[in-house]
Amino acid sequence: MGMWKKALTTAAMATVLMAQTAAAEDVKIALVVKALGIGFFEAAAKGAEEAAAELGDVEIIYTGPTSTTAEGQIEVINALIAQGVDAIAISANDPDAVAPALQRAMERGIKVISWDSGVAKEGRLMHLNPSSSALIGNTIIKLAADHIEGTGDVAILSATSTSTNQNIWIEEAKKVLPNYPNVNLVATVYGDDLADKSYREAQGLMATYPNLKAIIAPTTVGILAASQAVTDAGKIGEINVTGLGLPSEMAGAVESGATISFAIWNPIDLGYAATMLSYNLIKGAEAAPGASIPMGRIGAATLDDNLEAAMSDPFTYDKSNIEEFKSIF
Amino acid sequence: MSLLKSREALLALAILVLIGVVAARFPAFVRPGNLANVFNDTSPLIILAIGQMIVILTKCIDLSVAANLALCGMVAALMNGAGVPLAVILPGVIVLGGALGAVNGVLVWKLGIPSIVVTLGTMTIFRGSIFLMTGGQWVNAHQMSEAFKALPRTVLLGLPVMSWMAIALIALFGVVLTRTALGRAFYAVGGNPHAAVYAGINVGRTQFAAFVISGALAGLAGYLWVARYAVAYVDIASGFELDVVAACVIGGVAIAGGAGTITGAVLGALFLGVIKNALPVVGISPFWQMAISGAAIVLAVAFNATQSRASGRIILKSAEAR
Repeated sequence: MGMWKKALTTAAMATVLMAQTAAAEDVKIALVVKALGIGFFEAAAKGAEEAAAELGDVEIIYTGPTSTTAEGQIEVINALIAQGVDAIAISANDPDAVAPALQRAMERGIKVISWDSGVAKEGRLMHLNPSSSALIGNTIIKLAADHIEGTGDVAILSATSTSTNQNIWIEEAKKVLPNYPNVNLVATVYGDDLADKSYREAQGLMATYPNLKAIIAPTTVGILAASQAVTDAGKIGEINVTGLGLPSEMAGAVESGATISFAIWNPIDLGYAATMLSYNLIKGAEAAPGASIPMGRIGAATLDDNLEAAMSDPFTYDKSNIEEFKSIF
Repeated sequence: MSLLKSREALLALAILVLIGVVAARFPAFVRPGNLANVFNDTSPLIILAIGQMIVILTKCIDLSVAANLALCGMVAALMNGAGVPLAVILPGVIVLGGALGAVNGVLVWKLGIPSIVVTLGTMTIFRGSIFLMTGGQWVNAHQMSEAFKALPRTVLLGLPVMSWMAIALIALFGVVLTRTALGRAFYAVGGNPHAAVYAGINVGRTQFAAFVISGALAGLAGYLWVARYAVAYVDIASGFELDVVAACVIGGVAIAGGAGTITGAVLGALFLGVIKNALPVVGISPFWQMAISGAAIVLAVAFNATQSRASGRIILKSAEAR
């Protein structure tokens, strides 16, 4: 009896599995993120699903490690190679550490692109920047400059001192400083993307620089923690916290006035564009310098000599539109 | 006893020297208001260090405290979102934390699994549970009620409620550890488990009690943490368990169990708290910050190790002399 049951179950299981394989003529695109459970990436996954629905024959595998480590991503990549996906679109925790695993994937015919946080050139076919780093650097300084009367001290609160994209944005921001004579950049500190450390760093900035007018935090954890620190210190209206954040997380800070405005590109668009690019590469598009690869409703990505492309300008959120966007992502 | 006391006096001295060095570079650091801030900021660490110290006394270790804190904090935030009043949330998370600690305790007591393995496992399970509960969503400031966020920051007699809670717990467990049978049992179980059995102490049950206390304190700290930083997500207090263990070790709590005081654990926590709060204002390059924190831990522990060895020898000599 027990044997029969087991045999029947096995047979049933096998049928189901075979049926699945038969139906799975779909193109499998894996969206690998820095870590599961981050609002930004959940929104990107939403965009990827939107692209999949539009394309019709695409299956999205949304995956990533549980904490933002390169080791975790390498395990995920190896599992995806074993699964035989058609494309991997990754936002990397470390540009170099994941490259060998991605090279193995490409050797097996998997199309690999990086998006958001890039991979070293040899580990991917192309990289999609959410925006150009220069534009982001300019935007975060402009957001601070717009709300300073006269001249004021401004400090940057970043993620970790080794975060690839934060460092590039800060570098670009420093380049445009001469265009904003009222901004006096006094310090760059690192909150390691931990709420408590970022909060303490923000407190430290307020204590060290009495003439501080704005804190720029180009990271979602940092901007929230800094807003809270400014609120707790009773310095709303005196110090403006700005930078990059998610509308759903920043709604409270914008409402209280701790943050007048902040920017972010649309992560939904980013996931959508990464999926479209992966799909077009699978269907034969060539990633070469100067090539233009379509990204569906967003337009086309033009690759530079480093095989990188920019998606669009970052978008500014403030009291006028936060209500509309806070429920989206 | 006097030697133990002097070790804590040395640690207190080290903290004062540290504050002095910081003050030399940044005088505003020693303003009473700022020192109160540092104490307040260190309160969650102090609360967890008390629980961890009790667990370590019994020859165990609780690596799941930070994950327990994160889980209870998230549950508190979700309960608040569902409109549950604070008067229910607060005892609720303490009970939940205690229950999570009891899971650790039962596994150690009834199955005899080493605590480092048990809590390494539950640590991951607790973090995973938060992810399952929320699907990775954050609970943000605007989703929390004003009363929920206000309690830890409400100022009573010059100090925020969070600081008063830490002070009350220091006093409570100071009495429990030195004046109650359970408190003495923690020391007995860690100091010499075999002798403890002959003295009629149930070793497993005492360890269980230690885990429940550690868990309940983590539950309370979870609410305080989430309310203070006004945000709850899977990774809050990530890696904080190591700070908690470090605070105990710096405070002279013997990792092999049986020795340590509340004063030591609290001073150890304050030592780390001062470093954490001082580094951002003294303007040291972030590349050095981690190295400095780490070096301070190793130095303090090495110092404690040599201290305890010396004290052992001296005790024997004085006995010999008599």
